[in-house]
Amino acid sequence: MSVDLATVRHIAHLARISISDEDAKNMEGDLNSILEWVEQLSEVDTDGVEPMTSVVHMEMKKRDDVVSDGGYAEKIVHNAPAYEETFFMVPKVIE
Amino acid sequence: MSLIQGATGDWEIVIGLEVHAQISSQSKLFSGSSTEFGAQANSQVSMVDAAMPGMLPVINKYCVEQAVKTGLGLKAEINLYSVFDRKNYFYPDLPQGYQISQFKHPIVGEGIVYLDMKDGETIEVGIERLHMEQDAGKSMHDQHPSMSFVDLNRSGVALMEIVSKPDMRSSEQARAYVTKLRTILRYLGTCDGNMEQGSLRADVNVSVRRPGDELGTRCEIKNVNSIRFIGQAIEFEARRQVDIIEEGGEIVQQTRLFDPKSGTTRAMRSKEEAHDYRYFPDPDLLPLEIEQSMVDELAANLPELPDGKKARFIEEYGLNPYDAGVLIMDKASSDFFEDVAKGRDARLAVNWVTGDFFGAINKAGLDVASSPISADQLGALIDLIKDGTISGKIAKQVFEIIWEEGGDPAEIVESRGLKQVTDTGAIEAAVDAVIAGNPEKVEEVKAKPNMLGWFVGQVMKATQGKANPQAVNQLLRQRLGLD
Amino acid sequence: MSDLTTLTIAEARAKLDAGEISSVELTQAFVDEIDKADALNAFITKTPEKALEMAAQSDQRRAKGEAAGKLEGIPVGIKDLFCTEGTLTTAGSHILDGFVPDYDSTVTTNMWRDGAVMLGKLNLDEFAMGSSNETSYYGPVVNPWQRKGSNAKLVPGGSSGGSATSVRANLCMAATATDTGGSIRQPGAFTGTVGLKPTYGRCSRWGIVAFASSLDQAGPITKTVEDAAIMLGSMAGHDVKDTTSVDVPVPDYEAVLTGDIRGLKVGIPKEYRVDGMPSEIEDLWAKGIEWLKSAGAEIVDVSLPHTKYALPTYYIVAPAEASSNLARYDGVRYGLRVEGDDIIDMYEKTRAEGFGEEVKRRILIGTYVLSAGYYDAYYLKAQKVRTLIARDFTQAFETVDVMLTPSTPSPAFGIGERMDDPLAMYLNDIFTVSLNMAGLPGISVPAGISQEGTPLGLQLIGKAFDEATLLRTGQIIEQAAGDLPTPASWWKEMS
Ligand SMILES: [Mg+2]
Ligand SMILES: [Zn+2]
Repeated sequence: MSVDLATVRHIAHLARISISDEDAKNMEGDLNSILEWVEQLSEVDTDGVEPMTSVVHMEMKKRDDVVSDGGYAEKIVHNAPAYEETFFMVPKVIE
Repeated sequence: MSLIQGATGDWEIVIGLEVHAQISSQSKLFSGSSTEFGAQANSQVSMVDAAMPGMLPVINKYCVEQAVKTGLGLKAEINLYSVFDRKNYFYPDLPQGYQISQFKHPIVGEGIVYLDMKDGETIEVGIERLHMEQDAGKSMHDQHPSMSFVDLNRSGVALMEIVSKPDMRSSEQARAYVTKLRTILRYLGTCDGNMEQGSLRADVNVSVRRPGDELGTRCEIKNVNSIRFIGQAIEFEARRQVDIIEEGGEIVQQTRLFDPKSGTTRAMRSKEEAHDYRYFPDPDLLPLEIEQSMVDELAANLPELPDGKKARFIEEYGLNPYDAGVLIMDKASSDFFEDVAKGRDARLAVNWVTGDFFGAINKAGLDVASSPISADQLGALIDLIKDGTISGKIAKQVFEIIWEEGGDPAEIVESRGLKQVTDTGAIEAAVDAVIAGNPEKVEEVKAKPNMLGWFVGQVMKATQGKANPQAVNQLLRQRLGLD
Repeated sequence: MSDLTTLTIAEARAKLDAGEISSVELTQAFVDEIDKADALNAFITKTPEKALEMAAQSDQRRAKGEAAGKLEGIPVGIKDLFCTEGTLTTAGSHILDGFVPDYDSTVTTNMWRDGAVMLGKLNLDEFAMGSSNETSYYGPVVNPWQRKGSNAKLVPGGSSGGSATSVRANLCMAATATDTGGSIRQPGAFTGTVGLKPTYGRCSRWGIVAFASSLDQAGPITKTVEDAAIMLGSMAGHDVKDTTSVDVPVPDYEAVLTGDIRGLKVGIPKEYRVDGMPSEIEDLWAKGIEWLKSAGAEIVDVSLPHTKYALPTYYIVAPAEASSNLARYDGVRYGLRVEGDDIIDMYEKTRAEGFGEEVKRRILIGTYVLSAGYYDAYYLKAQKVRTLIARDFTQAFETVDVMLTPSTPSPAFGIGERMDDPLAMYLNDIFTVSLNMAGLPGISVPAGISQEGTPLGLQLIGKAFDEATLLRTGQIIEQAAGDLPTPASWWKEMS
């Protein structure tokens, strides 16, 4: 499998990274050489092998349903590039 | 089956619903912040909910139990092993850049919901799955000319997405389905079903086809938040699709929005491009493994559900399926009915509860819980009718007094002298007086026995309604020689 | 007074306990050294005031006779991937511009609890993606070591390059680090420091900027194995805020350093003998085997047949997870925002400007391997191979207690030498990455000096949660290697 320029652009858009023509070309080369290299995994027989879900075998601990966090709206927004009162502000979204 | 008529023939609507039900929990699915509705923006947000760097999710045990409980209520298979996946997409109210959801391995598999339609038909709607996921935050677009405001208070609230099979064929069925689902959730106590506050909302998938054809291309109408709107959205959308096809066009699979003001749907700008969510198991969370013993315990303690209650009402109280169906739709109403009916005439109880009582609370804009009349009071009133202390007519008067002023029905009847007159002497006197005062009517009634009612009315009037109607009837017939 | 900055933690602690020095004196000595070391570019943020204040508090605690923690009064550096309350945290990225967290990572919280003193935030590869510390937005970190007869600048390894350099150059007594594919052990080897990557789940990941969640693990970089034991004892522990952290007791790691490995079975995985391995690496490995054998260990040949697939597997799994973990850097809640015509344009410009080349490359690879139609061929396949890699270790550990391998296929290389070829750069992690795939602990211990005059390390691989054996065995290697030279402090003349 190999990627073409259009695919690079499509992935970049999915990842929300704008990409110049020149960068897209460079990326195309890099991605293809990496993909070609990882292609060697196809030699490995994985029939009947379960994909790894977690390297540590243990049960997921669950917490009790109690309110133990929150209540600091100011701390939530103060690092934001734009906020008003305690709302985050973003360029208008049209649904 | 309800078809819609197009210019070129009949069309069948196919509807499937994805209902998002908020789990009634104190704290969020993966963080300890509150789920309370209507607080200051971003005040119910933890560092986890805001997706600050390095934050990790920790699952809420109660939410898992509620999902299992709901699965049991939907007669569905419970998966002891399920997996949380990340659904990746960018949106300002989705702080992580992904929603934690369950994709390949949901906690609940196939189940079933029965709908009792008005015409007495029962319809089965298949449940495809139920999975747990996080809610997103809220963006507000009309506060500022060029900016949207983002509040993450809802971000991370636990949802159950209940996905139906495309088993519904009319907007009426879809409305009945959501209504029934909401009832089940409320009986279980796993979701408060409050659609105004967004605790329950539906993504409605609509397609049309010629009866018997393959499924058509569907459009998904996002986040419809009232049962009435669900009906309107389906009606509009089905008609829109039929028109397009009949004009030679093709349906494009789309995400649409319902506009309650115009009753129409329109394509969502922000969802125009085809999505590629890149689902993969969330590496911050281990697989969700639950014990069969936990499922068994929840099953053993499952409350009675609407279908079971309906069957029992029919069986135990001799109700007809329609009355039973009306009563069970609301748990509080059915509990109220049972309190009234216990040890009493069920027929009388159902008439009073579904008639005068529901009428009064609806008129007053109240619900069962906030009604000024308790089940005990209504029951005592019915006892008075049953033992002949008052007539049904007087009972309506007493009902109003209790509604307005409260009090014990027996005392009210006693103190206001509303007791039914069963003393034959007093009734006889009244009957005789009416006969004596209306000789011409006495002649008429001999030819037209229907006139008897008029005499009964006169006697009742004369006794201020307190005479026992049966006794009046009997005596009049005797005296007028109608037997 | 002798140079306090050359002390080990153990030595400094003894002096502090004896009242010979104060934490303020000790801390001041490091603050002074840091000021003379700008040429190394090890720090992104220096926090001298905070350090001296923490040191003064530590001295007060001691004066009051309060129980001294494991790290009481010890000045440390913190990799700038760990969030620190009130102090800029960057992950080496432009996209976190100005981000000041309101929380501390669990690992750093544990260290402050134990009395440690923070000197500042250490440079790293951007989002810990790199093996040379050249991808940082804040510029490359320079290795204190130089090749014999050359003043060419060498890389310290990565991504914990700032941690390794600052420990080796005596800019802090120890440093926190993280290891996703080798990022503790490889810079440890390149700088002649001890780098310990604990078992996945041993240290909490809470509050550490995520790179690849299923692989990331925090650990220490120190001057000695004993110091690594002290640091790990403080950093490790179960955390209810990280459900992948393990609820098992943390042993007293200092107590396990008995110097006795008699009867220990040491596995030598044959697949690590790769084509083209430099002879000096091969020789070092052989020497390590001899050292352990003469300490009474039994050497056993083992096989890890899927070793060669670990690196390509890593380059599917890690970028996939990273592409998702880094989606939160969108210019909305913190960090950089580049204005755009609309929200999507704002996202795309912010992320294009905020992320460096290597990070973008990995996000794109990760996005691609997860995308519709490719998931099974890449991500699912890689996770299956991962199962096989882990199974190899499980089987091998049925017969041995620990394994010995080289840490890296070469000594430190020059800055800029390998930046043009991502694949060549990735091969740096060839010996380290399998452990991350299997979640196992590993330690790199300085073991010799290359022909170029720069350090080389040996790696020990342990069973899950058996860091104790790694530390005990590591100390044997450390002792056998003897007094290794330290780098000439050329950087002081430059500032
Ligand atoms: Mg949906
Ligand atoms: Zn959903």
